[in-house]
Amino acid sequence: MRFVKKTRSGYMKAGMIAGVAIGRTLEVLRSVLREIFDESAYARFLERQAVPSSRQAYADFLHEGDAGRERRPRCC
Amino acid sequence: MKEIGKALAWLAVAVMGACSLATIALRRGEPINALWLVAAAVCCYAIGYRFYSKFLATKVLLLDAQRATPAERLENGRDFVRTNKWVVFGHHFAAIAGPGPLVGPVLAAQFGYLPGTLWIVVGAVLGGCVQDFVTLVFSVRRDGKSMTEMAREEIGRMGGLVAYLAVLSILVVLLGVCALIVVNALKASPWGTFTIAMTIPIALLMGLYLRRLRPGKVLETSLMGFVLVLLAIWGGQWVSQTPAVGKYFTLAAPALSLLIIIYGFAASALPVWLLLAPRDYLSTFVKLGTMALLAIGIVGLRPTLHMPALTQFVDGTGPVFAGKVFPFAFITIACGAVSGFHSLIASGTTPKLIARETETRLVGYGAMLGESMVAVMAMIAACVLQPGVYFAINSPAGIVGAAPSAATATISNWGFSVTPQQMQDLATAVGEQTLFNRTGGAPAFAVGMANIFSSTLGGRELMAIWYHFAIMFEALFILTVLDAGTRVARFMLQDALAHVWKPLGRTSWYPSILGTSAVIVGAWGYFLWQGVKDPLGGINSLWPLFGIANQLLAIVALCVATTILVKMGKARCGWTTLLPLAWLVMVVFTASYHKVFDPNPRIGFLSHAQQLLSSPATAATARLVFNDRLDSVVTSVLVLMVGLILAESVLEWSRVLSGKKEARVKEAPFVATRFAVEEQG
Repeated sequence: MRFVKKTRSGYMKAGMIAGVAIGRTLEVLRSVLREIFDESAYARFLERQAVPSSRQAYADFLHEGDAGRERRPRCC
Repeated sequence: MKEIGKALAWLAVAVMGACSLATIALRRGEPINALWLVAAAVCCYAIGYRFYSKFLATKVLLLDAQRATPAERLENGRDFVRTNKWVVFGHHFAAIAGPGPLVGPVLAAQFGYLPGTLWIVVGAVLGGCVQDFVTLVFSVRRDGKSMTEMAREEIGRMGGLVAYLAVLSILVVLLGVCALIVVNALKASPWGTFTIAMTIPIALLMGLYLRRLRPGKVLETSLMGFVLVLLAIWGGQWVSQTPAVGKYFTLAAPALSLLIIIYGFAASALPVWLLLAPRDYLSTFVKLGTMALLAIGIVGLRPTLHMPALTQFVDGTGPVFAGKVFPFAFITIACGAVSGFHSLIASGTTPKLIARETETRLVGYGAMLGESMVAVMAMIAACVLQPGVYFAINSPAGIVGAAPSAATATISNWGFSVTPQQMQDLATAVGEQTLFNRTGGAPAFAVGMANIFSSTLGGRELMAIWYHFAIMFEALFILTVLDAGTRVARFMLQDALAHVWKPLGRTSWYPSILGTSAVIVGAWGYFLWQGVKDPLGGINSLWPLFGIANQLLAIVALCVATTILVKMGKARCGWTTLLPLAWLVMVVFTASYHKVFDPNPRIGFLSHAQQLLSSPATAATARLVFNDRLDSVVTSVLVLMVGLILAESVLEWSRVLSGKKEARVKEAPFVATRFAVEEQG
């Protein structure tokens, strides 16, 4: 009985570790996508300017990128 | 005990890698499984990353976790932002992995799977990854300076000028070749043309949706765009089966070229948010998803390679492009092994995001390994095809004949059996009218990919959908390279023109925008037009030109890196960059010599021009001769410029090593990171 209990808790521990690892991986994946798709850059822009998200704020964000002559070559 | 366990595990990886390499190198006469290529690549990458990149990081570059990066010192929330290393890795990978690692290996498969695969794996571990890694580190230590700025500061003014001209030239040649690949994939294909045409209104819709309805929700918008693209693929089938509509999308190569040239001009001149940015998001979304899907497909399905390890075309008589395996295999595959273009990315956005200097190892070296793996997958996709089918798709009409019976007879005579009926059945299965003479690599890759996927998901019934999905995915991100590249080249030209007359450098002044856009689009449009009108399919002359330009840029980057190592007092470790540099100099200078002076008219530009002049003149003769001479001049000028930078670098090394010049690098001063102190505290 004791043995079974130990095994169960072992499984639970392993499951929890796996759950945390998967959660972290998904979080990193989400962050990668947000960075690639400029969502993080927009969030930083809003924070920097201390304004809420709006059409005007997004237009300003795009304008800033364009005015800064953002040069992002895409490789062959 | 733990150490012994680790050593044994790495020994097992090494043995497994050696066995896999031996299998792909020595097996003859019977097809092998694609997993051998995957295993060989993964083991080499693992060993390269664990040992070689660690050696570079600790012994050569002396990476210092205590040194503050520009992302920390100059953090402004805009360009300079400390970012999680995995996020930077994904960002960097998405920027470096484009159509190159998919197209180059497909073309090089004409030599068999062995030469290309070995070059991809060895070239990446010892060359491409090293170039990307050192360029990234040196840019990080110079506040994120670009490659051309580093060349000017470390080598001299000539270095900077040559690097600038090399970058501009490679962009122009690259864009022309990219456009040619799209044209060859879409000509006489109403399904493909409709799908790609639809991506333009979809991108415009995404741009408006992002700007007006859901500001900043890019992931959501990209997902929406992806669903619309899938609908466009589905709708394309109806278009191809409805003659009344299909005729509007059944276009010949010249008409498609003109449309792409107009598109390139519009994309360069329109506001970024309206077309360019949404297309970029959509293309990245599709690209990352499809690459992941392809990896899962290959590992899950374990397809068999039908292409032999080596074909008779290693002697230089290949139909896809002419030239011997050395040096042409090594310039045909640039991205995936060594790509000079990466040095622009590694000294562009990425160094401004690195939080810790030690993280450059994962981002610079690791992301290139990822791209190399993509190239191995492309090689597999090409080699799962029956060789006869592969050559029927990739050979130009000028070599095998325009009629199906003539083409199949020629290819069968080479020992690669294929019949007109077999090709017709395959064309019908993928929803095309014909698959003959589809040069450029994209259609062969798409057929290979459709072949892999259709063996499980949906079977033969869905082959047409998979084929057009693959064509859409390639064309979409090639067009993204085209519009982003045109814009970058336009900015570069405006920068230079500002020295002549200041207003020309203003990126908001429309006369300058339109004028410089027209110059850049005109330049790559000329190469595109030349390729479209070339009886040998264009790829034979233009892809090597692109490979040469790209590898010349890698030579420039490695010259800069070696110069910095010498100035750092690390000349004893200079072999790490000198080794790939010496190899590339050998490859590129030999290839350039052959492309200009080889007496075989299929290889040498000048002998081809001479052959045209000695044949009965046609209406096109003067134009073709001019093109050959232009290509030979472009190649010679590029080689001459890079020869100059090489000579200047060697002089600089000798001056520093002989003590005639002080060894002083132009790094930003050391500042200790505050985050390490916080972590320790």
